[in-house]
Amino acid sequence: MTDVSSPPTLGRSSPDLAARALATAPAFRARHLPTLILVVVLAALPLVLPNAFYFDVAIRILANAVLAVALNLLIGYCGQISLGHAGFFGLGAYGSAILTTHWDWKAPTALVVSAAVVGLLAWLVARVILRLKGHYLAMATLGLGIIVTIVLTNEASLTGGPDGMSVGDFTAFGFRLYGERVWYWVFAGLLVVAVVLAGNLVESPAGRALRALHGSEVAARVVGIDTASFKTRVFVLSAVVAAIMGSLTAHYLGFITPQVASFHKSVELVTMVVVGGMASIWGSVFGAALLSLLPELLAKFEGFETIVFGLILVTTMIFLPRGIVPSIVARLTRKEG
Amino acid sequence: MLRVENLTKSFGGVTAVSGVSFSVEKGTIQAVIGPNGAGKTTLFNLITGVYTPSSGSIVFEGSEIGGVAPERLAKRGISRTFQNLQISMNLSAIDNVMTGAHLGLNSGVLAGMLGLTTLGGRERATRIRAAELMEFVGCGRYIDAEARSMPYGALKRLEIARALMAEPRILFLDEPAAGLNHTETHEIEELIAELGASGITVVLVEHDMKLVMNVSDRIVVLDYGKKLAEGTPEEIRVNPDVVAAYLGAESEGV
Amino acid sequence: MSQFLQLFFSGTTVGATYALAALGFSMIYNASGVINFAQGEFIMLGGMVAAVLSAAGVSLPLAILAAVVVVTLVGLLIEKLAIEPARDADITSIIIITIGVAMIVRGAVEVTLGKASHALPHFSGEKPIAIGGATLLPQSLWVMAVTTLVVVALALFFGRTRMGKGILATAHNRLAAQLVGVDVKKVLLASFGLAAALGAVGGILIAPIATTSYDAGLMLGLKGFVAATFGGLGSGVGAIAGGVLLGLIETMTAGYVSSAYKDAVPFVLVLVVLVVRPRGLFGLGSTDRV
Repeated sequence: MTDVSSPPTLGRSSPDLAARALATAPAFRARHLPTLILVVVLAALPLVLPNAFYFDVAIRILANAVLAVALNLLIGYCGQISLGHAGFFGLGAYGSAILTTHWDWKAPTALVVSAAVVGLLAWLVARVILRLKGHYLAMATLGLGIIVTIVLTNEASLTGGPDGMSVGDFTAFGFRLYGERVWYWVFAGLLVVAVVLAGNLVESPAGRALRALHGSEVAARVVGIDTASFKTRVFVLSAVVAAIMGSLTAHYLGFITPQVASFHKSVELVTMVVVGGMASIWGSVFGAALLSLLPELLAKFEGFETIVFGLILVTTMIFLPRGIVPSIVARLTRKEG
Repeated sequence: MLRVENLTKSFGGVTAVSGVSFSVEKGTIQAVIGPNGAGKTTLFNLITGVYTPSSGSIVFEGSEIGGVAPERLAKRGISRTFQNLQISMNLSAIDNVMTGAHLGLNSGVLAGMLGLTTLGGRERATRIRAAELMEFVGCGRYIDAEARSMPYGALKRLEIARALMAEPRILFLDEPAAGLNHTETHEIEELIAELGASGITVVLVEHDMKLVMNVSDRIVVLDYGKKLAEGTPEEIRVNPDVVAAYLGAESEGV
Repeated sequence: MSQFLQLFFSGTTVGATYALAALGFSMIYNASGVINFAQGEFIMLGGMVAAVLSAAGVSLPLAILAAVVVVTLVGLLIEKLAIEPARDADITSIIIITIGVAMIVRGAVEVTLGKASHALPHFSGEKPIAIGGATLLPQSLWVMAVTTLVVVALALFFGRTRMGKGILATAHNRLAAQLVGVDVKKVLLASFGLAAALGAVGGILIAPIATTSYDAGLMLGLKGFVAATFGGLGSGVGAIAGGVLLGLIETMTAGYVSSAYKDAVPFVLVLVVLVVRPRGLFGLGSTDRV
């Protein structure tokens, strides 16, 4: 039925039309240049960072950036809000911690199993709550995140309670990942992979379906897009990414507390996506960098961190509703209607 | 090709469509008309899966489709446009049209991430086809435009282009000429005639009587959710019940 | 039996606070469709301002009055500065704005008043009253009595006054309300002010029993939202029923099942409600026109 290459019965083809059509496709350079720049920057950074503290900050930014990119697929492209994503992060982190510490599992196995379990949980949750709209969905995801935090805090025998638990190093195939410099490369590599995969997705038919779904769900459905299935898949994907990052972060830090799954953390992640730029991969990276650096910059002004955070959220949403990066891009490339 | 039998839809205490029955022959152009609030769009929504019938049946090419989800109906060759425009304003014009070809492309999330779907010519061919259809429906000048910068009339045509991407067997047009001026309406009229001539079955809801009379093979008239009359344009034009129903709503812009 | 009664009293007391919070949520939701995540901060602020003023020597009634006034002003300010400019933004953006506003308020309190908890003196002494084997704090009676009064006052306001009817009309049909001359902007402003006042009253009432600190608002607000959803967003009766029921269920669970998981109860409840009957006990369903 939809064999696009068969002779059309309607409309005329012409090379001029074809040329104009192909000109609308995303330009190769626009797509790959920023990625290349990222790779160069990440490769060069270790040469300039003076000590382990700076590497630690860089790692936090990288980890948050991966999380933000994944979450943006859900919030920015799919238009679904999730105020409980830190819960998935926490489940991944504690899953790895518990399996390696209490049951002596190998780290890679623990990571994969934790991620798989989180994926399953996310799938079950998505099937049920993704048909809710707007604030109901916000409420449901928020509730979920808080339940996770409470469980993690209370099951002290398993999780070490509110004071947290220590986590062993990540050992795989004879290699032991230890220290900021080593972990830096792990997280840097992950960010590059995340950016490339997300970029590919956005331009694929699946990505187009997601963006269309955000614009008008019913229009998407009548052209055959199974919107429920797509939303579920993206939800699960972003949850699994969060879980994997949680596992890795737990091994890197050597210690985790239930705070990693808190509502505060979930809001932080949403802020990075929203302020950096919804439906913009580079916006998420930028947002993660900005908001991860903020606590460091405001370290002198204790307490003001929350106020500044809140102010950034409010002013960005009012004046730059699409986020910082898309607004700048739009201003630089004023398109004609 | 399509047979609707005793179709009823109630929303709480309001019965929007009540016991409607009619059929549509393959390859014809059929219009559904009636005063505002007669249940025409509800009827469309029932047939295209947006609403589930309260009772009655809808049979398309031999299969019962009442209550089947819209995304599954698309696979059977059913396409539609919307009365109040359902365009993804966050997309470009051509992206909107390309979503119409969704079912023919590899839409796996993993495949998309790995970049497998842009290999081979399908994406390019789809893009070119989308441009051809945009030209065909008359909004060719917007091929490189963003949907949100396009005027209303052009967006209406964009929806038609999107609906045509899937090479549908039956096309439902919900008020394609609404809000258009005389010239634009005439262009839509010609477009619909051309669609019919190419073999697509067309069902349209429309208020513009001139368009309806010129282009339709058969007309079904609804009033207060019930079928009032059915027949050729000539028969409907002289039907006293139809005239009476419309005289009561004359100010609604015929 | 006495344990049940004890739990019943505390459950109703805390439930009344949730009910006031839920009413605040419903009011703003009705006027604008916005879920105000800053509602909890109004509650916290009411208790904090009153506590600080009282500790500084201001007489209790004056401190309470001043607190309500201050919080109401804050509510009006928030609406003018943060909500009104974003009128046309989509739901996600507005939700995030209210979250941001909540953070600003919380941060401001943390900076000016510190992280310590503050307590408000009980209104009429701390001597518990014995009823049927259980004890009831006089403050609890205050909570229940004032809440009932507030609810009655609101019912009169919405049923009899022009402004109140205007708010209801806007909730039902914004356009129609505008056409008959209701100033929709003023309605939204008033709703925020009223919701802030309600939150403040709730916070002040419960502050003697529960003490308050800069981060108390988050949980209170979230539970108030849960109560409103449970009872049916947009329904006044639903908000009250939802609030009281939530308080009772939470307290009973803490008493009979496990006190560690007390805080999880509202969220499990809201998930169940959203799955089974999203519009809550008394809410009205809505359909999108296509």
